[in-house]
Amino acid sequence: MTLKEIAEVLEAKVLCGHDRLNEEHESAFASDLMSDVLTLGDYNPVILTGLCNMQTIRTCEMGNLDIIVLVRRKKASEEMIEEAEDEGMVVMESDFSMFKACGLLYQGGMQPIF
Amino acid sequence: MHLEYQVFEADFVNAGAASSAIKKTLKQLNVNPQIVKRVVVALYEAEVNAIAHAYGGMIYADIDADKIIVKVVDKGPGIPDIEWAMQEGNSTASPEVRNMGFGAGMGLPNIRKNVDRLDVQSTVGVGTSVEMEVRFV
Repeated sequence: MTLKEIAEVLEAKVLCGHDRLNEEHESAFASDLMSDVLTLGDYNPVILTGLCNMQTIRTCEMGNLDIIVLVRRKKASEEMIEEAEDEGMVVMESDFSMFKACGLLYQGGMQPIF
Repeated sequence: MHLEYQVFEADFVNAGAASSAIKKTLKQLNVNPQIVKRVVVALYEAEVNAIAHAYGGMIYADIDADKIIVKVVDKGPGIPDIEWAMQEGNSTASPEVRNMGFGAGMGLPNIRKNVDRLDVQSTVGVGTSVEMEVRFV
Protein backbone atom coordinates (compact mmCIF):
# COMPACT_ATOMS: atom_id res chain seq x y z
CA MET A 1 0.00 0.00 0.00
CA THR A 2 1.14 3.55 -0.45
CA LEU A 3 1.40 5.64 2.68
CA LYS A 4 -1.42 7.76 1.31
CA GLU A 5 -3.64 4.68 1.05
CA ILE A 6 -2.68 3.67 4.59
CA ALA A 7 -3.65 7.13 5.87
CA GLU A 8 -6.98 6.94 4.03
CA VAL A 9 -7.87 3.45 5.23
CA LEU A 10 -7.01 4.35 8.84
CA GLU A 11 -8.73 7.76 8.51
CA ALA A 12 -5.44 9.04 9.87
CA LYS A 13 -4.11 12.56 10.15
CA VAL A 14 -0.60 12.85 8.71
CA LEU A 15 1.56 14.95 11.04
CA CYS A 16 4.82 14.95 9.16
CA GLY A 17 6.46 13.39 6.13
CA HIS A 18 3.79 14.61 3.69
CA ASP A 19 6.34 14.48 0.88
CA ARG A 20 6.71 10.71 1.27
CA LEU A 21 3.05 9.68 0.92
CA ASN A 22 3.49 8.13 -2.52
CA GLU A 23 5.99 5.61 -1.14
CA GLU A 24 4.85 2.02 -1.32
CA HIS A 25 5.28 -0.28 1.68
CA GLU A 26 4.38 -3.92 2.06
CA SER A 27 4.88 -4.84 5.71
CA ALA A 28 3.78 -3.64 9.12
CA PHE A 29 4.53 -4.43 12.75
CA ALA A 30 2.37 -3.55 15.75
CA SER A 31 3.58 -3.28 19.33
CA ASP A 32 3.46 -1.06 22.37
CA LEU A 33 6.76 -2.48 23.57
CA MET A 34 9.78 -0.60 22.36
CA SER A 35 12.16 -3.48 23.02
CA ASP A 36 10.07 -5.59 20.62
CA VAL A 37 10.35 -2.86 18.03
CA LEU A 38 14.13 -3.06 18.41
CA THR A 39 14.24 -6.76 17.51
CA LEU A 40 13.25 -6.30 13.88
CA GLY A 41 16.71 -6.55 12.33
CA ASP A 42 17.03 -5.01 8.89
CA TYR A 43 13.31 -4.65 8.20
CA ASN A 44 11.63 -1.25 8.02
CA PRO A 45 7.95 -2.07 8.43
CA VAL A 46 5.25 0.50 9.12
CA ILE A 47 5.10 0.65 12.94
CA LEU A 48 1.68 0.75 14.59
CA THR A 49 1.77 1.64 18.26
CA GLY A 50 -0.33 3.03 21.06
CA LEU A 51 2.78 4.16 22.90
CA CYS A 52 2.92 7.88 22.40
CA ASN A 53 5.89 9.67 23.94
CA MET A 54 9.40 10.76 23.00
CA GLN A 55 10.66 7.19 23.35
CA THR A 56 8.40 6.14 20.47
CA ILE A 57 10.28 8.49 18.16
CA ARG A 58 13.70 7.80 19.68
CA THR A 59 13.26 4.04 19.53
CA CYS A 60 12.23 4.19 15.90
CA GLU A 61 15.21 6.43 15.18
CA MET A 62 17.56 3.87 16.76
CA GLY A 63 15.95 1.04 14.83
CA ASN A 64 15.99 2.87 11.45
CA LEU A 65 12.20 2.69 11.44
CA ASP A 66 10.72 5.78 9.89
CA ILE A 67 6.98 5.28 9.46
CA ILE A 68 4.89 5.47 12.63
CA VAL A 69 1.13 5.18 13.00
CA LEU A 70 -0.14 6.20 16.43
CA VAL A 71 -3.37 4.35 17.16
CA ARG A 72 -6.07 4.48 19.89
CA ARG A 73 -6.60 8.26 19.58
CA LYS A 74 -3.08 8.97 20.85
CA LYS A 75 -1.87 12.47 20.00
CA ALA A 76 1.77 13.28 19.36
CA SER A 77 3.31 16.22 21.21
CA GLU A 78 4.91 19.14 19.36
CA GLU A 79 8.27 17.92 20.59
CA MET A 80 7.67 14.45 19.11
CA ILE A 81 6.66 15.91 15.76
CA GLU A 82 9.72 18.18 15.68
CA GLU A 83 12.07 15.28 16.40
CA ALA A 84 10.33 13.08 13.82
CA GLU A 85 10.58 15.84 11.21
CA ASP A 86 14.31 16.18 11.91
CA GLU A 87 14.68 12.46 11.28
CA GLY A 88 12.65 12.59 8.06
CA MET A 89 9.97 10.30 9.48
CA VAL A 90 6.33 9.90 8.49
CA VAL A 91 4.03 10.08 11.53
CA MET A 92 0.25 9.75 11.47
CA GLU A 93 -2.51 9.54 14.07
CA SER A 94 -5.51 7.24 13.82
CA ASP A 95 -8.48 7.11 16.18
CA PHE A 96 -8.90 3.39 15.52
CA SER A 97 -7.92 0.69 17.99
CA MET A 98 -4.78 -1.30 17.34
CA PHE A 99 -6.89 -4.33 16.39
CA LYS A 100 -8.99 -2.41 13.88
CA ALA A 101 -5.98 -0.61 12.38
CA CYS A 102 -4.09 -3.89 11.95
CA GLY A 103 -7.14 -5.61 10.49
CA LEU A 104 -7.71 -2.88 7.93
CA LEU A 105 -4.08 -2.85 6.82
CA TYR A 106 -3.99 -6.65 6.56
CA GLN A 107 -7.16 -6.50 4.47
CA GLY A 108 -5.48 -3.90 2.29
CA GLY A 109 -2.63 -6.27 1.52
CA MET A 110 -0.02 -5.33 4.11
CA GLN A 111 2.06 -8.31 5.23
CA PRO A 112 3.45 -9.28 8.63
CA ILE A 113 7.23 -9.64 8.85
CA PHE A 114 6.90 -12.93 10.73
CA MET B 1 38.18 8.26 18.61
CA HIS B 2 37.01 8.46 22.21
CA LEU B 3 33.57 9.76 23.18
CA GLU B 4 31.99 10.19 26.61
CA TYR B 5 28.44 10.92 27.67
CA GLN B 6 26.85 11.28 31.07
CA VAL B 7 23.40 9.82 31.78
CA PHE B 8 21.18 10.71 34.71
CA GLU B 9 18.77 8.68 36.80
CA ALA B 10 15.16 8.76 35.53
CA ASP B 11 16.06 11.29 32.84
CA PHE B 12 13.67 9.75 30.31
CA VAL B 13 13.36 12.96 28.33
CA ASN B 14 16.97 12.61 27.19
CA ALA B 15 17.09 8.81 27.03
CA GLY B 16 18.68 7.96 23.71
CA ALA B 17 20.63 11.20 23.30
CA ALA B 18 24.01 9.47 23.63
CA SER B 19 22.96 6.62 21.34
CA SER B 20 21.73 9.13 18.80
CA ALA B 21 25.04 11.04 18.89
CA ILE B 22 27.06 7.84 18.44
CA LYS B 23 24.78 6.79 15.59
CA LYS B 24 25.49 10.05 13.78
CA THR B 25 29.24 9.66 14.34
CA LEU B 26 29.27 6.11 12.95
CA LYS B 27 27.25 7.23 9.92
CA GLN B 28 29.74 10.03 9.29
CA LEU B 29 32.53 7.45 9.46
CA ASN B 30 30.70 5.48 6.73
CA VAL B 31 30.28 2.36 8.85
CA ASN B 32 27.96 -0.19 7.19
CA PRO B 33 24.35 0.80 8.10
CA GLN B 34 23.46 -2.73 9.26
CA ILE B 35 26.37 -2.65 11.69
CA VAL B 36 25.44 0.85 12.84
CA LYS B 37 21.98 -0.43 13.62
CA ARG B 38 23.35 -3.31 15.73
CA VAL B 39 25.58 -0.95 17.70
CA VAL B 40 22.84 1.58 18.24
CA VAL B 41 20.13 -0.90 19.28
CA ALA B 42 22.48 -2.46 21.85
CA LEU B 43 23.69 0.89 23.10
CA TYR B 44 20.19 2.34 23.34
CA GLU B 45 19.00 -0.61 25.43
CA ALA B 46 22.03 -0.15 27.72
CA GLU B 47 21.47 3.60 27.92
CA VAL B 48 17.81 3.12 28.84
CA ASN B 49 18.88 0.54 31.46
CA ALA B 50 21.26 3.03 33.10
CA ILE B 51 18.50 5.65 33.21
CA ALA B 52 15.68 3.31 34.22
CA HIS B 53 17.42 1.05 36.73
CA ALA B 54 20.50 2.87 37.97
CA TYR B 55 21.43 6.10 39.66
CA GLY B 56 22.84 7.40 36.37
CA GLY B 57 26.30 6.76 34.98
CA MET B 58 28.70 7.22 32.10
CA ILE B 59 28.93 5.95 28.55
CA TYR B 60 32.41 5.57 27.05
CA ALA B 61 32.79 4.76 23.36
CA ASP B 62 36.06 3.95 21.61
CA ILE B 63 35.89 3.75 17.85
CA ASP B 64 38.75 2.59 15.68
CA ALA B 65 39.05 1.41 12.08
CA ASP B 66 37.63 -2.07 12.62
CA LYS B 67 35.47 -1.97 15.76
CA ILE B 68 33.62 -0.02 18.41
CA ILE B 69 33.84 -0.79 22.11
CA VAL B 70 31.19 0.82 24.30
CA LYS B 71 31.20 0.69 28.06
CA VAL B 72 28.18 1.79 30.08
CA VAL B 73 29.13 2.18 33.72
CA ASP B 74 26.44 3.02 36.24
CA LYS B 75 26.50 3.98 39.90
CA GLY B 76 24.35 1.17 41.24
CA PRO B 77 22.34 -0.38 42.75
CA GLY B 78 23.84 -3.36 40.89
CA ILE B 79 22.29 -6.60 39.59
CA PRO B 80 22.08 -9.39 42.21
CA ASP B 81 21.69 -12.19 39.64
CA ILE B 82 23.07 -11.42 36.17
CA GLU B 83 22.08 -14.81 34.77
CA TRP B 84 18.45 -14.15 35.75
CA ALA B 85 18.58 -10.64 34.25
CA MET B 86 19.94 -12.00 30.96
CA GLN B 87 16.86 -14.18 30.43
CA GLU B 88 14.11 -12.83 28.19
CA GLY B 89 11.06 -11.71 30.12
CA ASN B 90 12.76 -11.13 33.47
CA SER B 91 12.45 -7.54 34.61
CA THR B 92 12.47 -5.40 37.72
CA ALA B 93 11.28 -2.28 35.89
CA SER B 94 9.05 0.26 37.63
CA PRO B 95 5.57 1.13 36.31
CA GLU B 96 7.05 4.42 35.04
CA VAL B 97 9.60 2.55 32.94
CA ARG B 98 6.88 0.26 31.59
CA ASN B 99 4.84 3.32 30.62
CA MET B 100 7.75 4.39 28.46
CA GLY B 101 7.48 1.15 26.50
CA PHE B 102 10.33 -0.62 28.23
CA GLY B 103 10.60 -3.09 31.07
CA ALA B 104 9.58 -6.21 29.15
CA GLY B 105 12.75 -8.01 30.14
CA MET B 106 14.19 -7.73 26.64
CA GLY B 107 17.01 -5.24 27.23
CA LEU B 108 20.00 -7.42 28.07
CA PRO B 109 18.89 -10.26 25.71
CA ASN B 110 18.55 -7.68 22.92
CA ILE B 111 22.02 -6.37 23.65
CA ARG B 112 23.49 -9.87 23.54
CA LYS B 113 21.90 -10.53 20.12
CA ASN B 114 23.41 -7.43 18.55
CA VAL B 115 27.02 -7.45 19.74
CA ASP B 116 30.07 -9.59 19.01
CA ARG B 117 31.27 -9.51 22.62
CA LEU B 118 29.40 -8.67 25.82
CA ASP B 119 30.78 -8.46 29.32
CA VAL B 120 28.44 -7.61 32.19
CA GLN B 121 29.99 -7.09 35.62
CA SER B 122 27.95 -6.06 38.61
CA THR B 123 28.46 -5.56 42.31
CA VAL B 124 25.40 -4.96 44.46
CA GLY B 125 25.68 -1.61 46.17
CA VAL B 126 28.40 -0.43 43.80
CA GLY B 127 27.18 -0.57 40.22
CA THR B 128 27.09 -2.35 36.89
CA SER B 129 29.41 -2.20 33.93
CA VAL B 130 28.20 -3.36 30.51
CA GLU B 131 30.98 -3.58 27.95
CA MET B 132 30.13 -4.44 24.38
CA GLU B 133 32.13 -4.75 21.22
CA VAL B 134 30.91 -4.71 17.64
CA ARG B 135 33.33 -5.41 14.82
CA PHE B 136 32.89 -3.56 11.54
CA VAL B 137 34.06 -6.46 9.33
